[in-house]
Amino acid sequence: MNDTKQSSDRRSAHDRSGAATAAPSPALARARSRPTSQLGVPPGGAWGRAAWGFLAPVTLYLILFYAYPLYRNLDLSLRNYTVRSFVQGDAPFTGLENYQKVLDDPTFAPALLHTVVFTAVCLVFQYAIGLALAVFFNQHFRLSATLRALFLVPWLLPLIVSASTWSWMLNSDSGIVNAALHTVGIDPVNWLTSPSWSLASVIIANIWIGVPFNLVVLYSGLQSIPGSLYEAAALDGANAWQRFWRITFPLLRPVSAITLLLGLVYTLKVFDIIWIMTKGGPADSSTTFATWSYQLGFGNLLPAFGPGAAVGNLLVVAALVFGLIYVRVQRKQALS
Amino acid sequence: MHSTSRRRRPTAAALTVLAVAVSATACSSGSGGSASKDADSGTYTIWDPYPQFAKGSAWTKLLDQCGTEAGVKIKRTGFDTSDLSNKTLLAAQQGNSPDVLIVDNPVVSTLAEAGVLTTTDDNKLDTSKADPNLLAAGQSGGKTYGTPIGANTLALYYNKDVLKAAGVDVASVKDWKSLTAALEKVKKAGKKGITFSAIGTEEGSFQFLPWFWGSGAQLTDLDSAESVSALSLWKGWLDKGYAPNSVINNTQTTSWQEFASGDYAFAENGTWQLANAGKAGFDYGVLPIPGADGGNAAAPTGGEFVTIPVQDDAGRYATSQKLVTCLTSTANLYDTDTTLSYVAPTSEVQDKQVAANAELKPWVEAVKAAKGRTSDDLGTKYPKISEQMWKAVQSALSGADSPKNALAKAQSAVK
Repeated sequence: MNDTKQSSDRRSAHDRSGAATAAPSPALARARSRPTSQLGVPPGGAWGRAAWGFLAPVTLYLILFYAYPLYRNLDLSLRNYTVRSFVQGDAPFTGLENYQKVLDDPTFAPALLHTVVFTAVCLVFQYAIGLALAVFFNQHFRLSATLRALFLVPWLLPLIVSASTWSWMLNSDSGIVNAALHTVGIDPVNWLTSPSWSLASVIIANIWIGVPFNLVVLYSGLQSIPGSLYEAAALDGANAWQRFWRITFPLLRPVSAITLLLGLVYTLKVFDIIWIMTKGGPADSSTTFATWSYQLGFGNLLPAFGPGAAVGNLLVVAALVFGLIYVRVQRKQALS
Repeated sequence: MHSTSRRRRPTAAALTVLAVAVSATACSSGSGGSASKDADSGTYTIWDPYPQFAKGSAWTKLLDQCGTEAGVKIKRTGFDTSDLSNKTLLAAQQGNSPDVLIVDNPVVSTLAEAGVLTTTDDNKLDTSKADPNLLAAGQSGGKTYGTPIGANTLALYYNKDVLKAAGVDVASVKDWKSLTAALEKVKKAGKKGITFSAIGTEEGSFQFLPWFWGSGAQLTDLDSAESVSALSLWKGWLDKGYAPNSVINNTQTTSWQEFASGDYAFAENGTWQLANAGKAGFDYGVLPIPGADGGNAAAPTGGEFVTIPVQDDAGRYATSQKLVTCLTSTANLYDTDTTLSYVAPTSEVQDKQVAANAELKPWVEAVKAAKGRTSDDLGTKYPKISEQMWKAVQSALSGADSPKNALAKAQSAVK
């Protein structure tokens, strides 16, 4: 910033001396309005080169670590890879055959259903609980900072620790949850080993893990709502419920949108928790696209890279679609 | 003043150069490995699935010692066993295979199919001393792709105290019927019957196989009446409460922890738990897994093979062969298999092991009766069959399907 100012000052000084007869102030204004870049040189050959110089690192980074892997994954999904052709690198191009195979697989429909249910239920509960806690902690009572910090624990724990702990707690025979149910006279539930409960179990664990993220983002969103609005509303006689629905919720909408989008992308790809707790089972009852993709590519002694990559790409597309919806909604909001 | 803008441009140029340099190193890192290997041909790489052995352990010392005998330096990397097959496939794709690879036996046929491994015809490895039933897991299409370094298998551990309290004479357990009767008695005495691992991975198939084979079923025919009877046996145990519901999610380690709690009469587990069994704090015994109508069921073999992956430079095989021969020499096998708590793959070393530790006797017998999962020339068909098998076991035990339907679905999915 400093450089820009110096160089434009330099140029305006030059202008002033060159056009001595002209009134100094318009010349100065004209000089200031002339486009100059941050580099202090006018647009042109050197400017372009320098710009590319600055762009190069990030461009290379994007190509090497984003574009190329995505391309490779797409390529994997369009070829018929066996272990042999994977090593030799001569897998024949088969077009959309892998996708066809994945669509025809009896696992596809349940996996799709589980992915949708898992993502939707997790998002709703994570957001609702996160928002409720954020509003609660926004009251700034004593110990609120300490308690808020405690709520962050699930977020700070390594996933393998929290998922393993959940699977111990939900163990059918020796888990603490069934022991607790027993003391209140409820029959034990086969949380992880019954096809009707396994999905619910991983959803519960994932909600617990996702709440802190929602809490933190929504809490910081609440900080940006001016207190004067609440004061005015209180003077107008609005009760707490009205203040929440008329002020907090609408003003939090942009923050909510990004929280939900990030939550969606994160939840769509959740793999570790499910894999550690149930391995997607029993009998595919908690298989989502993420675990299915891993199962195909790595969960067997004989990897099926092609179909595995195809399922992974379906996930990427799903996340992309929601990302585009978000961008569109945001643009509409900005225009209105 | 002029200098400000001029100084900027070199900075930009420097940044560009830096970026190009960074990307250049990033691109070349793939081939860097093999380039350095060629330049430094005195270094041989060994990959093994024993990450528990750190630098300075007996295992790494043995590797270094074998390297010294062959006149080369050893660069060893230990991988998690579930990672190793994919790592090897990737390395082979990049032309970066290790010189010597120690890998879980059912993976050998997959790697052989991928063209990653040399045959004993190429590498001149002598496999004549290894037991044929163990060696079979590394054979496919009439070729042998390595030599076993050690073997383990499954048997039934039993808790003598629990059986005594329940009034069960372990000698009466001879077939499935008498075993189920024993479990019933144990349950009546207020103790827990049996624990095993029926998890939805290769481990689940591994544990189910002794019962599957013990019924007389064949892996090529998953929905046979014998196969259904084996799965119904497990399902019946769960329904009657002889086995805990948690077996559906048990790994072999968690299943062992259940047994080590001292409440269970029986546990299906492997040779590798022997050391832990001594620490469990109760009197235990080991029993071969019975077949449906008596006799001992064939259990699947576990344990690793030492293989020599394909290299661009065929001249390296001679030294690799020396290294493998050293690792699998009688004296070294004895030490290695003692550390790993494995049964040796050759009769000579087995005798030595039993002489030193009589507890190994039932295990040596079990290994001699055991069968490789990829044997019978199943090769790469085995992984597909196995996946459907563990799915069927999970479906039946969790109640999602009857044993008969689950196995019928499995068989149709394999085809």
